Amino acid sequence: MKRLIAVTTRDLRLAVRQGGATFLALVFFVLTVTLFPLGIGPEPTVLARVAPGVLWVAALLAAMLSLDRLFQADFEDGSLEQLALSGLPMGGMVFAKIVAHWLTTGLPLLLASPILAVLLNMNEEGFAALMLTMLIGTPALSLIGAIGAALTLTVRRGGVLLSLLVLPLYIPVLIFGVSAIDAAVHGLNAKPHLLLLGALTLACLPLCPWAASAAVKLSLE
Amino acid sequence: MSMHYFANPTRFTRLAGRIQPWAGGLSAVLLAVGLYLALVAAPADYQQGDTVRIMFVHVPSAWMAMFCYSFLAVASAVALIWKHPLADLAAKASAPIGAGFTFLALVTGSLWGKPMWGTWWVWDARLTSVLILLFLYLGYMALWQAIEDSQKAAKAAAVLALVGAVNVPIIKFSVDWWNTLHQPASVLRMDGPAIHPSMLWPLLIMALAFQAYFVALLLARIRMELNLRRIRALRLAERAS
Amino acid sequence: MFEGRGIACERGERRVFSNLDFSLAPGQAVVLRGPNGCGKTSLLRIVATLLRAVDGQLIWDGVDISEDVEEHRARLHFIGHQDAVKGALTVRENVAIWAQVRGETNDRIDAALSAFEISHLADTPAQYLSAGQHRRTALARLVASSAALWLLDEPTVSLDADGTKCLQRVIADHRAARGMVMAATHIELGLDDAELLEMKPR
Repeated sequence: MKRLIAVTTRDLRLAVRQGGATFLALVFFVLTVTLFPLGIGPEPTVLARVAPGVLWVAALLAAMLSLDRLFQADFEDGSLEQLALSGLPMGGMVFAKIVAHWLTTGLPLLLASPILAVLLNMNEEGFAALMLTMLIGTPALSLIGAIGAALTLTVRRGGVLLSLLVLPLYIPVLIFGVSAIDAAVHGLNAKPHLLLLGALTLACLPLCPWAASAAVKLSLE
Repeated sequence: MSMHYFANPTRFTRLAGRIQPWAGGLSAVLLAVGLYLALVAAPADYQQGDTVRIMFVHVPSAWMAMFCYSFLAVASAVALIWKHPLADLAAKASAPIGAGFTFLALVTGSLWGKPMWGTWWVWDARLTSVLILLFLYLGYMALWQAIEDSQKAAKAAAVLALVGAVNVPIIKFSVDWWNTLHQPASVLRMDGPAIHPSMLWPLLIMALAFQAYFVALLLARIRMELNLRRIRALRLAERAS
Repeated sequence: MFEGRGIACERGERRVFSNLDFSLAPGQAVVLRGPNGCGKTSLLRIVATLLRAVDGQLIWDGVDISEDVEEHRARLHFIGHQDAVKGALTVRENVAIWAQVRGETNDRIDAALSAFEISHLADTPAQYLSAGQHRRTALARLVASSAALWLLDEPTVSLDADGTKCLQRVIADHRAARGMVMAATHIELGLDDAELLEMKPR
């Protein structure tokens, strides 16, 4: 356990030292959301109507763009094979890296989302649901994304391929996340949506690190 | 007979060579009969008129789209677990066929939608799921293309196929869930009311024709892959000598 | 005692070598020799469990390593072509982090740095290092770890004469402490008494 935490803190330390590059996902998130009022007009009721969807789609894209950081640099400089040979179970090692990825992307997105929701004039009833869905849903983005990131490790310039692999798998997260906020905004019960989202994340918790570690093993051969 | 009996490529090629013309012929005959029944013999629908005939292509292709993905996933599982050498090739060969059927299902669905719904595209739960299925096929094929080492590509693609197979029901469920929240205005289900036998027969014959077509094309593609592999082996031997 | 029996390797549908045997007793070293493409790196990667052999067994003290791959990984240290040194971390951190991840104590890190004469760089971020100093940092991890089996793939690349001497000393100490070494190298590492494994191209 202590050794897994050492993997996570290593990734976090690297992320902090590299500074700017790490938080580009957050900047991307803010920028994408800003584009929507410019694209569809500043009408407050329209913005309020599309706010949950816009926030989630932008979060999805931001999380996806940050996925190459998860393994790529470590793969290129040989650190990934050293991690694989550290004697830690591969699934655990991959999970520790996913945790670090979530802390550096999912968590900042979660913290930024209410501010952006204000900019989009989202209904006040939706804020609690927004934070909750982000809290429950963004870990699933890191978990599912890890599979795509690991599968495209040996592909040169795998960015576009990664999005083709990962985005369809993100669809359930998007649907349950947005429908929970929509329900809350319209004064309906958001709980069933939140429970489904939670079930999805819980199912990803054991399955994704396992599939991702199989893909990492492949890329090291 | 062990599972590896047909793993021998020469034995497989011989057997496939024998089955392939039969499957192709059967597919052609069934297609002719099915199209005759569907386009000429079957009565026009009292509500939908002649446009209902699109169903005889649309529904079997949608079935095949699902069937091919299941086949792909099972072949990938066999390849990963038992390392059966032909399973990789079978999975690889089935993907473009499945993508083709998926595309056909989408195009015919859209053509059907125009007279029914008055627009080319409706975000109906089924159409949306089929569209996402097409993306899964494309991702699978792109991954095969992108990884140069064919053995690595085979394993990576197999992992992706299994991840996709686990996800297909979840995606389907989530899209249905989404659809019930945003019910489209005019609801005219594609499956319509209970189906009349005069329509059921052509439908089943068309489905069988597509199935036979799948078998013929799959065998042809696997043989092609085997030949490509032989060419690669010869090239490598040339380089070594 | 560590043995390989009948190891066979395939890369990209090409058979690289087959039926390869070796054995290593505590304190012993094996040097892999042969022209490019004969499979030296592949063999080291197979022994490190990064690559799967198409045939054969690896046996540690009578037990097949596939029974507990993680245990085998914990007792080996592999130095590959890449240094796995992060420019954003200092030299000491680069060594210490791996000790933590491998679950080792931190008390050998100073010794490791001084063994490769990079103690004065301990707090320098690795991005300012030369290629040779990078390599020394990677090699210092060997000393900081308690791994019994060292797998070295051309460890002297970009090392100067001094660095090579450091490595020779470190290897000698490791063997004196009953450690094992398996190396692919074309430079003398003070391994005159090592067993030679000649590998022929196919």
